[in-house]
Amino acid sequence: MNRSITVTVNGTAHRHEVEPRLLLVYFLREVLGLTGTHIGCDTTSCGACTVIMNGLAVKSCTVLAVQADGASILTVEGLARAGALHPIQEGFWEEHGLQCGFCTPGMMLTALQILERHPEPTEEQIRRGLDGNLCRCTGYQHIVNSIRYAARKLQESGSPAIPQAGRVGA
Amino acid sequence: MIPAAFDYHAAFSLDDALRLLRELPEAKLLAGGHSLLPMMKLRVISPRSVIDLGRIADLRGIREADGALVLGALTTHWMIESSPLVRDTLPVLSEAAGRIGDIQVRNMGTIGGSLVHADPAADYPAVVLATEAEMTAIGPGGRRTIPAREFFTGVMASAVRADEILTEIRFRRLPDGTGQAYLKFPHPASGFAVVGVAAVVRMRESRCEEVRIGITGVAPTAYRARAVEQALVGSPLDDAGVAAAAAHAADGVEPNEDLFAGAEYRAHLARVFTKRAVLAARERARRA
Repeated sequence: MNRSITVTVNGTAHRHEVEPRLLLVYFLREVLGLTGTHIGCDTTSCGACTVIMNGLAVKSCTVLAVQADGASILTVEGLARAGALHPIQEGFWEEHGLQCGFCTPGMMLTALQILERHPEPTEEQIRRGLDGNLCRCTGYQHIVNSIRYAARKLQESGSPAIPQAGRVGA
Repeated sequence: MIPAAFDYHAAFSLDDALRLLRELPEAKLLAGGHSLLPMMKLRVISPRSVIDLGRIADLRGIREADGALVLGALTTHWMIESSPLVRDTLPVLSEAAGRIGDIQVRNMGTIGGSLVHADPAADYPAVVLATEAEMTAIGPGGRRTIPAREFFTGVMASAVRADEILTEIRFRRLPDGTGQAYLKFPHPASGFAVVGVAAVVRMRESRCEEVRIGITGVAPTAYRARAVEQALVGSPLDDAGVAAAAAHAADGVEPNEDLFAGAEYRAHLARVFTKRAVLAARERARRA
């Protein structure tokens, strides 16, 4: 039996009837058309599908859309504001934090959680924080550099790492 | 991967959940979903109904009661890992929680879900055994307490019955002078414990007054290393003595085997990590 859910994604509320077995990542990609969230392994390993749900980085391949009923979600599409890149996007751009780009949306959203918990992260904290995100191109060093870049930018601007759209009650 | 179709029921209170479970005895209970959903996606299981406990706020949180630390079953690994109260009073639990999976998994996964799932390579079983935690389950027969030593009944099987819900986990406050440590050899790909050892040690006048060791990952269920404990009680816990005692960490156990670690290697790791965990706990007991 389908269920009606309301999920706020990047600040916009969406109401849809969904099958209970629909995974959040398919809801985002196929129901809402937000294909920036990628499906990599589909087995809770690679982190490509990471989004922020109520302030927490989650693997959206391992959350049912019905579990997200009432939640606020931030996806990669919600990072840039008025044409200006979010500091984490700027970091990946400036520090060449990607090659093929497939893992990048998940990397950036996980990075926001790392930066929220460790505003001045050590390399160890960044690397441990990325335990659940796999990149098969870069060897991670440029990703670490990108996150450090974003940490500096966020410190300078005094902005919270996770934009309002991804937090509870957004 | 898509799970087989099922009916979804959100419970908003424990009573709600118990009523739904009475009406739908075949239903699976969904907590954080980080064991259940992967199994449903792989169609290892295809339940007709799922009861979502995730919205029952009363089951989520950490509190102190009667000198014990009480965790609601829905308390996430991240809540445990980041709690100053847990870090100060039960660092062995804090350490185990912080080494589960990855950030995203710890944000969603719950201690109650993990315990009931009873994966032989999960981290918490070693900790609840070494701390002699108690689990509370509620069902049609009322509320009952299950001691850790009776909790794990087999591979992915616990003493919580199909018509019961695990509601809380109670850790009594350990006496002053206690040192605790959780050490783990994670599988390099999955992060699950190839071997995980929780050690709780209390010293008195340079002798080991009390020691409890829980080992996960090695056998079909986590277990207490009784032979090691017996060899250590009353001893000064000197390095050589600990090493000799730890040699018994896998006595009487038929170790699990997989492509990564054969039985002999796992038993070896159990001995090495038991030694290290006891020595780490001893150092902390000396400073406590």
